[in-house]
This record gives sequence, C-alpha cells and structure tokens, in this order.
Amino acid sequence: MASLIELANPTRFMRLSSRLLPWFVGAAALLLAVGFYLAFFVAPADYQQGETIRIMFVHVPAAWLALMFYSMMAVSALGTLVWRHPLADVAQKAAAPIGACFALICLITGALWGKPMWGTYWVWDARLTSVLVLFLIYLGIMALWRTLDDPSRAGRAVAILTLVGFVNVPIIKFSVDWWNTLHQPASVFRAGGPTIHPAMLWPLLILAVGFTLLALALHLVAMRAEIMRRRVRTLTIFEAERLDRLAAEVAI
Amino acid sequence: MSEAFLAILKRDLALAARAGGGGELALVFFLTLVVLVPFALGPDLNLLSRIGPAILWLGALLATLIGLDRLFQGDEEDGSLDLIRASALPLELAVLAKGLAHWLTTGLPLALAAPLLGLLVALPAEAMLPVAGTLLVGTPALSFIGATGAALTAGLKRGGLILPILVAPLTVPVLIFGVSASNSALGGTVPFLTPFLILCALSLATLVIGTIAAAAALRQAD
Repeated sequence: MASLIELANPTRFMRLSSRLLPWFVGAAALLLAVGFYLAFFVAPADYQQGETIRIMFVHVPAAWLALMFYSMMAVSALGTLVWRHPLADVAQKAAAPIGACFALICLITGALWGKPMWGTYWVWDARLTSVLVLFLIYLGIMALWRTLDDPSRAGRAVAILTLVGFVNVPIIKFSVDWWNTLHQPASVFRAGGPTIHPAMLWPLLILAVGFTLLALALHLVAMRAEIMRRRVRTLTIFEAERLDRLAAEVAI
Repeated sequence: MSEAFLAILKRDLALAARAGGGGELALVFFLTLVVLVPFALGPDLNLLSRIGPAILWLGALLATLIGLDRLFQGDEEDGSLDLIRASALPLELAVLAKGLAHWLTTGLPLALAAPLLGLLVALPAEAMLPVAGTLLVGTPALSFIGATGAALTAGLKRGGLILPILVAPLTVPVLIFGVSASNSALGGTVPFLTPFLILCALSLATLVIGTIAAAAALRQAD
C-alpha cells in the first residue's frame, strides 16, 4: 500500500504541471522566436569575429543551463536524502539527460565557433575542459540510473553520487585552471574580451530566458513521463501479484 | 570500538595476503601498463623521461581503479556487510578501516614500486623520490574516492565498467596535482611544495568526504 500513498502527492503534481506546461511552452516559443530574430537579423556582426559571433547566442545559454541543471540536481539530491520528498528523485532523473544535452550543445557549438576563431575544433583550455568533465559526470549519473533497477534505491544512490560530484565540481574547476595556466601561459583566449554591446546583450538575455523556459518545459514533460512510467511499473507488479493469487486459488 | 575497527582492518589485510587477487594483481597490472607505453610511443628515452611521471601516475590510477569493484562486493555476497552494518561500530569507521586496508595493499605497494618502474621510463634519479612521494600521499585519495564508487555499485550484478566511469572524472584534481608536483621536481617555475601540499589537502579532504559518502551509500543499499 505504501506505493499508493506515494502516488497521492504526484497526482497533485500531474494536475498542476498539465496546467502550467502550455504557458511554459508558449512563453519559451515566443521568447526564442523574438530572441533568434534579434540575434540573426538585428544584432550587428562583431567587428573582429564577424558573423561567427552569432554562435554565442546558443553557446552561452547552453553553458548556463548545463550548470543550472546540475545545481538543480544537487538540490533534488538533498530533497531525496534529507526531506525524502517523493518527487525529488523523479526531478533528478528527468534533469540529468537535459543537463547532459545542454553540456553537449555547449561543447559542440564551442567547437564550431573555435574552428574559425582559433583554427582548431578543440583546445585544452581550462573552461572547455571543465565543461567536458561536467559532461562526463552527467554520463556517469545517467549510467548509474540505468544499472540500478529499483527506482527508489537508484534514486538514493544517484543522489549521493550527485552530491559528491557537486562538491567536486569547484575543485575540478580550480585544478583545471591551475593545470592549464601551468601548461600554456599564453592562451588563445583573450582574457575578458571586449565588453559586450547592448545590441548583443539584449538578444542574449532574451534567448537565455527563452532557453531556460524551454528546458523547464522539457523537464516537466520528462518528470510526467517518469511518473507515468513508475505508475505502469507499480500496476504491472500489482497485476502480476493478482494473477499469482488467482493461479494459487485455482490450484487449491 | 577501536577493537572492531582493528578487527576489520586485520581481516581485510589477512584476506588480501591469503586469498590473493587484490594488491599484487594491481602491481602486476601497473608493471604491464608501464611496459606497454614505450611500445606505443617508441623507445625514445628523452620523450619517455619527460612524460615519465605522467605514465607512472596514469598507471597507478588505472591499477587502483581496476580492483576497486571488489572492495565491498565480497562482503555483500557472503553477508559480512550485514554483520558490519549491525555492529556497534559506526559504518563510517568500518568504511575507513576497509579503505585503509585497500590503500595498504594497493596504493602503498604501487608507491613503493614506482621508483623501480621509473627506471623503465628513464626517470632521472632526482625525480624518483618526488614521484614516489606524490604517489604515497596521492593514492589514499584514489582509494577513498573509489570507495564511494564501490559502495554505490556494491550490490550490482552487472557492475563491471560502471565503477571506473563514475570515479574517473572525480580523480581529475588528484591526477593534475600529482603529475604537476612530480614534474616540478624535474625543474620548472613552480616550487615542488605548492602542488604537493595541495595534493595532501586533496587526500585529507577525500578521506572525510569519501568515507561519509561511502557509508551513506552502503546504508541506502540496505
């Protein structure tokens, strides 16, 4: 019966999320349309980087979201371990692939931007390397989800891994910075760069909010799918038990 | 309480000495890896001596990771983990004892063997001691980061590769500071002590975080 009680709170979530979802999708579509229009047709080309600067409008929000989703997973991990909230591990499981995707988008757009700007797809720069390691941690978390069958046990195990990773991410960032400055003191990166012009800043901010809303909408959809999946799992187990009882009665 | 701690430590050391399959295999694996590198790179001694510390550190890292999945698995299978969980000893201390035993049978021999293997990659004599020293203070971090991964995957029937995938990204800082301390002993602008002390700090921090996280993971698996 415990699983039935657990379903009580998710039901409320399902009702609320089905009402919120259209608004999130609508707002995300509107902001992304406006943002991309401004980014591609209104914002000027960079005086140094030319048209390639427009990659930034996807690259930078993707980097933000990759970090934001990891932080969200760490909060969910606390929710699983400390408050035992029944939805926390659902939120965490749904967030991992989305965060990994944004890390990958950040790496790919970065590579495409790097080719014309630095003449190479990949540089072992400190920032690039930390995002790559973050991507690997995402993959590890997703792999652990797949190897543990029981969702509640997997949720707690992944929560511990997420928190250990969360403590490690700043340490990795610090050590990669050290490692990089040790190996290539004159980096291809210009420190700081020119301060960003408002004509570019506005599309960037609009797109960042748009991408965030899109990511949250995807997260809601993924959470709903996960709740449905668990309900199906519970129902399948109940049905199997019922059939077992039926078979036992017939045997008697 | 310290009796139970010592009992676990002694038991694991005795198991490692008599049952085999632990520390000495890691050593052989370490030797094999270091021998394989020159075949891939060519027998250029100048190149080998320049990247020697990196080879030794990578070899030690992989040799530590390779046997880690057995750290809690044997105890999980024969039920002694349940006894440890039920005992008065806090699970954190039990994990500390097991991690310590793992380091004594794996990390310590690797560090002691490093100067010998250094000969194979033409490591200069003045770099031998620093490399062994960095391995000595750095390998506990590997053991205890690994203990967390081992605890998370203790009950898995098809664990296998999952442990290195989980643990390897977290060992990046240890690898960076271990190699950079070893390299600074070969010359360079950075004094040896700076990365070396950071490496010590990493080991101490991991000792705490790894123990707590591994104990939490073992409790969850119950």
